[in-house]
Amino acid sequence: MDALLADLRSALSDDRVRYDAAQRSLIAHDASVFDGGVSGPVCYPVDTSEVQAIMRIALTHGRAVVPRGAGTGLAGGAIPLGAPVVIAMTKMNAILDVDLDNRVAWVEPGVINLDLSRHLRPMGFHFAPDPSSQQVCTIGGNVANNSGGPHCLAYGVTDAHVVSLEIVLPSGEVGTLGTLGPDDHGLDLRGAFVGSEGTLGIATKVAVRLTKNPPAVRTLLLSFASVRDAANTVSDVIANGIVPAAMEVMDQKITIAVENFVGAGYPLDAAAVLLAEVEGLEGGADIDAERISDLGRANGATNVRQAESDEERALLWKGRKTAFGAIAQIKPDYYLHDTVVPRSALADVLETIYDIAKRHDLIVMNVFHAGDGNLHPLLLFDARIEGELERVHAAGADILRACLAVGGVLSGEHGIGVEKQGYMEELFSADDLDHQNRLRKAFDPACRANPGKVLPMGHSCADIQALRAVPTGVWG
Amino acid sequence: MGASVLAIDDPVLHEFAELVGAEGAVSVAGGRTRWEAGGTLSPEAQVVEAPTGIVSYRPEEMTMQVRAGTTVAELDAALAEKGQRSALADRGGTVGGAVAVGESSVDQLGRGAVRDSVLQVRYVSAEGKLVTGGGPVVKNVSGFNLPKLLTGSLGTLGLLAEIIIRTNPMPPASVWLRCEGLSPARARDAVLTPSAVLWDGGATWVHLEGHAVDVRAEQKQLMTLGSCQEVGGPPPIPAHRWTLSPAQAAAFSASEPFLASIGVGRVWASAPQPALPVDPVAELIGQRTKQLFDPASRLNPGRTP
Repeated sequence: MDALLADLRSALSDDRVRYDAAQRSLIAHDASVFDGGVSGPVCYPVDTSEVQAIMRIALTHGRAVVPRGAGTGLAGGAIPLGAPVVIAMTKMNAILDVDLDNRVAWVEPGVINLDLSRHLRPMGFHFAPDPSSQQVCTIGGNVANNSGGPHCLAYGVTDAHVVSLEIVLPSGEVGTLGTLGPDDHGLDLRGAFVGSEGTLGIATKVAVRLTKNPPAVRTLLLSFASVRDAANTVSDVIANGIVPAAMEVMDQKITIAVENFVGAGYPLDAAAVLLAEVEGLEGGADIDAERISDLGRANGATNVRQAESDEERALLWKGRKTAFGAIAQIKPDYYLHDTVVPRSALADVLETIYDIAKRHDLIVMNVFHAGDGNLHPLLLFDARIEGELERVHAAGADILRACLAVGGVLSGEHGIGVEKQGYMEELFSADDLDHQNRLRKAFDPACRANPGKVLPMGHSCADIQALRAVPTGVWG
Repeated sequence: MGASVLAIDDPVLHEFAELVGAEGAVSVAGGRTRWEAGGTLSPEAQVVEAPTGIVSYRPEEMTMQVRAGTTVAELDAALAEKGQRSALADRGGTVGGAVAVGESSVDQLGRGAVRDSVLQVRYVSAEGKLVTGGGPVVKNVSGFNLPKLLTGSLGTLGLLAEIIIRTNPMPPASVWLRCEGLSPARARDAVLTPSAVLWDGGATWVHLEGHAVDVRAEQKQLMTLGSCQEVGGPPPIPAHRWTLSPAQAAAFSASEPFLASIGVGRVWASAPQPALPVDPVAELIGQRTKQLFDPASRLNPGRTP
């Protein structure tokens, strides 16, 4: 360890390579409930050449590397397993160039998502992916997880907004994936890299697409007497050929918690609320808002309200985006799930989720990206009460399987990390996973980048113990 | 443990896998509209046909599951019945061919890029096995992104058997304008979400789609900026695809006819594009990928994506 630290410190500086207990303990966790992380040295590089140096030093010392952004991940993707070198990208946080001719911005991965959109706003643009954690999460983390957010319904998730990447491979080579142009020459390695949860290398510069701010925005709040009515409205909107910018549903429990927390004017007596936003030009936005209101009423909406001002709109969104923080009033801990089901299955699956929670004697709240069928059941618990977390895990497994049973998938935007590795074989066949593993090995033949994640045990790069057993210097 | 959720039970796909087999050079033909893309197929390759037919169309989910040999025309007809369309362009070929080439439509700004519309791929591997990548829903980060890797790979990593693509509602109104005295950059800036802005070095074409009231408003706006006339569609598109940055495409010049797609970076030119510079690291990863997916180089020999 001393030799590794000395090498890292001589490549960076003493104060940017941390190995104190407090730092290692902090870095051993992300925003998920997963324990078991053990951090090695934590490095804070300031440029690409330092990232490259760290990679090479780690390789020489037989250590794996784990990239880290703001640590807001919910699937354990950034948790260090087996004392790897952690590369914390938060000091690489410059917006390098806003190129309006190409409608892209080159940014470093440590730039915070919301900071980028704030920077672009005066120029009339924004970065479309807007995860609920956007006040703290980084662009690099968005790239690693292929992050979404409410407004990805119309605009698509991160991979539709990242045109090119400078990366450092686990072997230390620096290259560029993708171009600013229509990338249909050569393999789409850029597309393969986005969402790979730090297992293919580290992005050191990211070219993101700029989305023009729409002149007209209409935000609707529809109240319903049942969750089913809200879910059916969502299916009907899509089936009627309307693709709103966002369609978010909150059930009564979470709505009350949110309202107590921010006082956004949400109704306390509705079984569910649908927050729908349409944007574009004035005329079309009015038409779509009217049609969504009508479809809501046809599905039994008890109240339909349109935000009258930007302030009112901002407050409604603040309520939606701080929903997870509002939970603390009820229970000290929560487990946030992330699955996707066909939109037409939403109503039935939600009913099943409430039944599952009841069966496991847990409180569940639902707040989700209804427009693309992306569910986020929140299971509340108190970690101090013995057996509660175990019940949460058991209920979570039942929820995942219920979603798979209706043709859903394991994750819509949080990723697999360590959370859902064990379920990958329920979705994919051995041959499917073998091909995913081949893709991983094309970037990282020696399994140096974030091993032990995504693919289940039994596939190479999954077994941390085996990796740790390899003698130092073997890849030097 | 039972079979995985994405296990394949379609006998037609299994027959296709048997046809491809596990040995010998092999290629799959679609409509042969881009047959020379990426190089000339080695003559020893056996050419098979991909399975055809729509498997499942769920307009309310905006997803279409279709076997690779189905023509884009058949796909478009089925989608049109439900007022929808996709990112694929009909060039007389098949869905599998369009995805394998990965070339987006002239309306890419409006319809989206092909690579962003492929939700799930099923293909026959070099070992003759059926493999599924991605998933059937519109949002999915479950595991590594094989659909992105296969899209545009020219059948060099696997032979496409079935695809699930995202569909989109057909906009209620559509107008093509041909404008003189209006620079393409100014046209692009003047409208919010054009489906296409094209420029041939002289005139600018703008494709406006959306609600009729919005299309009319933007048409009116453009007519104040230049001399614009409604036309039936885009001008003739030259044969050779060039890949440039959007800024380079907007500043393109050539003595022969060309058409630049503004905001995309595509130029269709009369001559082939000189070889593009290749990033050495991307090339290395590409070679390793090919080696890992097709160690004996039996899939589409002679072609390089």
